[in-house]
Amino acid sequence: MDPIQLLIICAQAGMLVNLMLIAAAYMVLAERKVAAWIQGRVGPNRVGPWGLFQSFADVFKLYLKEDVVPAAADYKFHALAPIISIAVAITIYAVIPWSGPLVTIDGHSYGLAMAPQMNVAILIILAMTSVGVYGVALAGWSSNNKYSLMGGLRSAAQMISYELSMGLAVIGVVLISGSLNLVEIINSQIANGWNIMYQPVAFLIFFVTSLAETNRAPFDLPEAEPELVGGYHTEYTGMKFGLLYLAEYASMLAAGAIMATLFLGGWDMIPFVDEAALLGLAPDSIPMVVLGHITFVSKALLMVFVFIWIRWSLPRFRYDQLMNLGWKVLLPLALANIAVTGICLLLFG
Amino acid sequence: MEVQVILFAIFAVGAIGSAIVTVTRKNPVASAMALVGHFFMLSGLYLTLEAQFVAAVQVLVYAGAIMVLVVFVIMLLNLGTEQQLAERSSYLRGTLGTLFAALFVILLALAITSNPSGANQLSSKAVEIGTTESIGQSLFTQYLFPFEAVSLLLLAALIGAVILAKRHVQEGA
Repeated sequence: MDPIQLLIICAQAGMLVNLMLIAAAYMVLAERKVAAWIQGRVGPNRVGPWGLFQSFADVFKLYLKEDVVPAAADYKFHALAPIISIAVAITIYAVIPWSGPLVTIDGHSYGLAMAPQMNVAILIILAMTSVGVYGVALAGWSSNNKYSLMGGLRSAAQMISYELSMGLAVIGVVLISGSLNLVEIINSQIANGWNIMYQPVAFLIFFVTSLAETNRAPFDLPEAEPELVGGYHTEYTGMKFGLLYLAEYASMLAAGAIMATLFLGGWDMIPFVDEAALLGLAPDSIPMVVLGHITFVSKALLMVFVFIWIRWSLPRFRYDQLMNLGWKVLLPLALANIAVTGICLLLFG
Repeated sequence: MEVQVILFAIFAVGAIGSAIVTVTRKNPVASAMALVGHFFMLSGLYLTLEAQFVAAVQVLVYAGAIMVLVVFVIMLLNLGTEQQLAERSSYLRGTLGTLFAALFVILLALAITSNPSGANQLSSKAVEIGTTESIGQSLFTQYLFPFEAVSLLLLAALIGAVILAKRHVQEGA
């Protein structure tokens, strides 16, 4: 690896991280706008045209706020928890294939994706989602507050329960595509049609578990306001709170992008149609890659919109309902899905 | 210097450092978190050896599942700084500790002297061995019996855990 390549990769990583954090900040605005729309309100509209600069105003406000750490809190872990949360979300971005290769320098091609060709990308994603528990659990424990601790413990239990079904749902996709490499999964979907057609049950399970893993309603028990004040981030202020908040939205976007990759065909615009031939362009020419990138991001954002939509439509689960759904419904369903997929592949594959 | 060597140095120092932090902290949560860091460093070391699958599974299983449970239990019991154990010193512990430390040093010396150049060249086959496919192949053909035996053991442990938990519930009710 020569220095120039290293430099390009560092620049690429810096660009991706900044783009994604801005996207996460804008998703907070999107959430408020969609919430307002669903509830028949106007929503934020004072900062900039249509309230478009509200996100920047929010972030600046958080930066300028005093950082209060409770006297009884364990200050090292109190500071570590938001860092873990945001680091985990950003690491997942590294393996997501945001776009195909755009430019070629010295025989190496670079796109908006950092390591899409990684052979174990799916395992990295699952590993990082499971490590994400530490951010929430530590935030809850280190605050030395019983509401925070309850939130942290709930989230740890919830994430452990749901990541099992998530991993098992992904196996169905891996069985059909025959690879753990995300680019190859997309290519197999371009050739054979989107995975959601063959794996609707796996998609449903993955969608529900993603809601639970990102602590979104109706699974937002770790931060249930009426019972736990704010849950694990009750004792957080300023930019530390901002980081926990951004991490939640960043992992939501990551979940949307993963669903777009695994189930919704990735860069493919219309299933069973060869768009490149239709438009008269070479399959890996720049316009096609850009179009594919726009398609990919639109699919991811569509999933994010559904996440927001669900939050403002459904009430929160009770804790025993949550555990029953995870262990008695989703887990057996995911196992049955693997068995059925395996048998079908054996008979017809 | 090659990037791989630099990365190896970073991960090796990180692994040793986090291992020392793990055994020296009195706060159980600090200890557990240092162990999580240690697992990440090990995973990085596996990556420098081209073993992507093992690296991912190291984080997924140890850092993501086992240590989460450990941290969960520590938080649930809300253990404070443990003083009781440190107060009692015993001759047995001192002797055994010295003995095992000496054994470890001898093993380390043997490992270093048997490869005097200090450079362990990675064979060209390493990339093939590290893939998910080859691990799966050998697990389900060559090592099928040990694999099934281990899964049976795990199943027995699982059933045992369920029975213990159930008895507790009945007694409580």
